[in-house]
Amino acid sequence: MISYYKRSPLSLVLRILVTLAIAITVFALGFLVIYILVKGIPFLKPSLFSLTYTSENVSFLPSILNTVIIILGSILIAGPLGICAAIYTVEYASRGNKIVGIVRLTTETLSGIPSIIYGLFGMLFFVTALHLGYSLVSGILTISIMILPLVMRTTEEALRSVPDSYREGSYGLGAGKLRTVLAVILPAAIPGILAGVILAVGRVVGETAALIYTAGTVADFPKGIFSSGRTLSVHMYELSREGLHTGEAYATSVILIVVVLLINWASNKFSKKLGKNS
Amino acid sequence: MKFQFNTSFKEKIASHIFLVSALASILFVALICVFLFANGVPAILKIGIPDFLFGKEWAPTDEPAVYGIFPMILGSIYVTLGALAIGASVGLLSAIFLARFCSDRMHKLLKPAVELLAGIPSVIYGFFGLVVIVPFVRQNFGGSGASILTASILLGIMILPTIISVSEAALRAVPNSYYEGSLALGATHERSVFFTVLPAATSGIVAGFILGFGRAIGETMAVILVAGNQARMPNGILGGIRTLTANIVLEMGYAADLHREALIATGVVLFTFILIINLMFSILKKRVIQ
Repeated sequence: MISYYKRSPLSLVLRILVTLAIAITVFALGFLVIYILVKGIPFLKPSLFSLTYTSENVSFLPSILNTVIIILGSILIAGPLGICAAIYTVEYASRGNKIVGIVRLTTETLSGIPSIIYGLFGMLFFVTALHLGYSLVSGILTISIMILPLVMRTTEEALRSVPDSYREGSYGLGAGKLRTVLAVILPAAIPGILAGVILAVGRVVGETAALIYTAGTVADFPKGIFSSGRTLSVHMYELSREGLHTGEAYATSVILIVVVLLINWASNKFSKKLGKNS
Repeated sequence: MKFQFNTSFKEKIASHIFLVSALASILFVALICVFLFANGVPAILKIGIPDFLFGKEWAPTDEPAVYGIFPMILGSIYVTLGALAIGASVGLLSAIFLARFCSDRMHKLLKPAVELLAGIPSVIYGFFGLVVIVPFVRQNFGGSGASILTASILLGIMILPTIISVSEAALRAVPNSYYEGSLALGATHERSVFFTVLPAATSGIVAGFILGFGRAIGETMAVILVAGNQARMPNGILGGIRTLTANIVLEMGYAADLHREALIATGVVLFTFILIINLMFSILKKRVIQ
């Protein structure tokens, strides 16, 4: 080994460089996660979970409820829409279909748009033009558009990974196109679709910029989906911006990090399952 | 006969539902463009294109109000370039490690870590920057700590997963014969990877850098918490800065009339940047596929 690097000292330098780079990457992740967990867990006091919100206890229970409502709402809209769209582009459209080309271009555009632009659009369209006001509905609709490309892309990948023999077998037994898609292909693709939906949930949990001016920042429990409410991430932003409740901000970030860890783990698990099937 | 009619009817309905769903994304992009431009462009014209884009002063509460977003444009560009300098170098080298220097077993551990880095919410990055990187920069480099440098470091970390995954895919797409040919000519493993595989993957890697650039310029919540947010021309790497994205979030809450429209116009400028970046990315990606 030593003679190997003596022959080419540059090689040693290069090897050290790449090892250093991956070490920095892993260190950044490890430091962030461990720092937040270690500093934050002591701040997880029962008062943070109290059922009434006051500016003193800054309970994050209302924000957790709001987050759950926005997750459910946006998945309910973007899920079916994205899955149906993916079924069209993968199963129905013929090769070289012009519509598919345009759809692909626009989906890529959507996934490249930063969340603040979605927030701005949601404010102009849902909040102002449609008169929905700062409300959970406005937030849900804005976020649905934002996660649509993610759901669509992962569903497309999942559908493509279903072997053609499934389709041929189904047609061979006399099933029509719709039945083949719904009864044969979709069930086989479900782990992949679920992995995508879980990733989308992760995006919603972490979203802030798109929600501040659509769902608003009211910290209390919502009275319905037409009232304003902040999600956990927005709550976290407000806490760290004000600088008055640093301990509570640490505690909130612990909850967020744990949720994100769980979501990543679950999504990986489902995509592995899909890999085994095909 | 009736049954047959029913099935073909069902098939038709279903295929139309699928088609309409697919068209939804076209509708959304059109809606976003129309609403942003219709609400933002009039303000730009009212203020005057050169005054708005190249005006060096942003003072919406002065009498008369001045709306020049040049400081924010520069702020966004500086912070993004700084992030790219950090994220691209560390990210590319990490991608090389993942693609060519590690065992399958190690890869199985490292890849989820990189994915996790992508999954952490930006507000958490911002908070981490606020409580760790800002004091670090203040103590070691001076200044208030909330600066271009801090924002660049934080954004550099945030775009790592984007750059790593795109670059790694590009490196893996290079045919193995390149590497083997180089080895057979007597080059070491490292030289083969860096001087034959890496150049062959250039366009894919550049596409990754462009995507990282887009991520960084659009990032909002993390930057707000660490960049200082002063709406003035940048003065040095340790000075504070406000980005286009931060400008929107910070002032939208209380802005009215022309001020509000000027903020939407700030969004229009950002959106135009993003559209250009996306276009460059898709052109490059097409070249990679060919």
